[in-house]
Amino acid sequence: MDTSLQPVATGLPANEEHGHPDFRLFGLATFLVADGMTFAGFFAAYLTFRAVNPLPEGAIYELELLLPTINTVLLLVSSFTFHRAGTACRCGRMQTSRRWLLLSVALGIAFLAGQMVEYFSLPFGLTDNLFASTFYALTGFHGLHVTLGVICILVVWFQARPGGSISQDSHFGLEAAELYWHFVDGIWVILYGILYLL
Amino acid sequence: MTVANPLELEPGLQPQGWLRYLSFSLDHKVIGIQYLVCGFLFYLIGGALAGVIRTELASPMSDFVGRDTYNEVLTLHGTIMIFLWIVPVVNGAFGNYLIPFYVGARDMAFPRLNAVAFWLIPPAGLLLISSYFLAGAASQSGWTAYPPLSLTTPAAGQVVWILSVLLLGGSSIFGGINFIATVLKLRRPGLKLMQLPMFCWAMLGTSILVVLATPVLAGTLVMLSFDIIAHTGFFNPSLGGNVVVYQHLFWFYSHPAVYIMVLPAFGLVSEILPVHARKPLFGYTTMVYSIMAIVVLGLVVWAHHMFTSGTPPWMRLFFTIATSFIAVPTGIKFFNWLATLWGGKIALNSAVLFSCAFIFNFVFGGITGVALAQVPFDIHVHDTYFVVGHFHYIVYGGSVFVIFASLYHWYPKFTGRLLNEDLGRLHFVLTFIGFNLCFAPQHWLGLNGMPRRVAEYDPSFTTWNQVSSVGALLMAISTLPLLINVVLTAFRGAVAGDNPWNALTPEWLTSSPPPVENWIGEAPLVTEPYAYGEHPGGFDLERISGRDLWSSGKS
Repeated sequence: MDTSLQPVATGLPANEEHGHPDFRLFGLATFLVADGMTFAGFFAAYLTFRAVNPLPEGAIYELELLLPTINTVLLLVSSFTFHRAGTACRCGRMQTSRRWLLLSVALGIAFLAGQMVEYFSLPFGLTDNLFASTFYALTGFHGLHVTLGVICILVVWFQARPGGSISQDSHFGLEAAELYWHFVDGIWVILYGILYLL
Repeated sequence: MTVANPLELEPGLQPQGWLRYLSFSLDHKVIGIQYLVCGFLFYLIGGALAGVIRTELASPMSDFVGRDTYNEVLTLHGTIMIFLWIVPVVNGAFGNYLIPFYVGARDMAFPRLNAVAFWLIPPAGLLLISSYFLAGAASQSGWTAYPPLSLTTPAAGQVVWILSVLLLGGSSIFGGINFIATVLKLRRPGLKLMQLPMFCWAMLGTSILVVLATPVLAGTLVMLSFDIIAHTGFFNPSLGGNVVVYQHLFWFYSHPAVYIMVLPAFGLVSEILPVHARKPLFGYTTMVYSIMAIVVLGLVVWAHHMFTSGTPPWMRLFFTIATSFIAVPTGIKFFNWLATLWGGKIALNSAVLFSCAFIFNFVFGGITGVALAQVPFDIHVHDTYFVVGHFHYIVYGGSVFVIFASLYHWYPKFTGRLLNEDLGRLHFVLTFIGFNLCFAPQHWLGLNGMPRRVAEYDPSFTTWNQVSSVGALLMAISTLPLLINVVLTAFRGAVAGDNPWNALTPEWLTSSPPPVENWIGEAPLVTEPYAYGEHPGGFDLERISGRDLWSSGKS
């Protein structure tokens, strides 16, 4: 139980540095729209290549489905665990929140490890053919996002320690990381659909 | 109105005096001026490069610079003028300076992000220019960087070019996020969206385009750099890649980029004309819907740049129709400006002269634009000087004329002093004659088949090319009265007072220059920014003329 004195609730978000409510989450959402457009450009390029550029004879582009499916489940579960972390934080159960955060980190790292295993087991390299290049560009760019997300969660986990800057009343960092993490998961679902299933 | 001393408001938090313009200042007004001055310095560099191009083209042979150097010069000219002059100045400079005033705020929504966005620009610009000296050769593939040309020209310069454009794109996206949050979220309580000055709508529309389109360019350029550095084959036909995909992705950004350059100019003109015509802005609601229609249509017309790229017939049909549709909202805006001027007591000062010239130039560029949207005509003039002429009528005759108009209009707000009108009119006459002399003949040259981006041409084109070069010389000379004007009046100009134009928009309802947090006390609630001649506390159109206001502000 947190028994320290809390400031009187004003009905406004805690950060009022410039004398107005906190719009940082709105700004982050706008940025994620922009980031999503980068992926949309990659997806459009991939789909066009697929439609109009025949691969050379003997090019391998059949992908193993088991590992990426496990990875998809890992990411979806991590979205759920992060959501639980956020809920726990908003209810003031910081210890529970931190445990859910650690679990999310573990799932994120497991996803990255799975991605690495897949990379090393694939029979083609970055420059082998157009499909290979696009495959590595798409999954690599997404993996970069996951890596950044894992780092963000670790930072949030550290800040949510007792006496840290994230608490029940001030948790912008946690909410921002949560929004970002859900975004990265959503992108993976689309990516999984068009890269592995289509 | 009392002149506030900024030192009393925020002691010691930020550097004062001219030093703050070199600092990581969070004040939106300082950042706006930083954008403006930085952009103008790059304009001078880009203009010098244009001078090299026109000198080379004064004769049909490649004699002034080498062919490779010519390619580097035209690439740097285009990139600098678009990414370091027009986009940062119409968005960054005037947007940052004016938007917080217009929404009744004390700063932008994210002041630190704002400063970061500005400070990405000087390093990116220096990086770009340094590639000419350091990397052996600057990029030679034009501002479009089409593969396979960009894959076969010297790699180092091309990679530096990509890096620089990525930085500038990032800066642009950060700015766009800031403008969207400021206009939508930071409005003074009681101020409705449909009561905002038109420039806010223009910046909102522009920022939506920036946020949706710029990331696609960024992703594309990353893929291009992979092709150059890692020898992947995304856009390399010899490795199974597809160059047309690059063109689609590139123009998905770069057609909206034209609106990113010209929509803010629409907004600025809509602010300037009512003030100096002493009339309300005509058709406010249709102006708002026109801007939003241009934003939506602007995202679905990109392939009209690619009619000669093996585009299938259905695609040609769709993009011709979509592009022609853009003439409708643009035409609405054009007639609204005319109706705003109609019957007004127009003060023919430099700001209005440049604004009216903008309307003239832009209509001409718009007409050639509609012509270019038609496939049969476009195939005839594709990649000729007709396109160069059309493009410069939009971005120079459109955006740059508005930048100058805005400078004359808001300089008193920036500095508290008026620019000299005689030098201003000289600047206008030289720019207007020089501009039309330079770019009008290029339409004729293009119709006759002179290709663009080539240092040599058929000798039968010599006369009109020399006329064009004389026009470019006049444009170069026209910069001198402006520079002299700014330097002289900064110290010795007529004191403007707080509101020399008797304007009603919020930025004039404070001191000139404004205090650090824009207003002493509460921000005014301006619900009718264009209520000239009809507002009870405003001005009687029957009794006072714009010229009277102009001379009263001068004294």
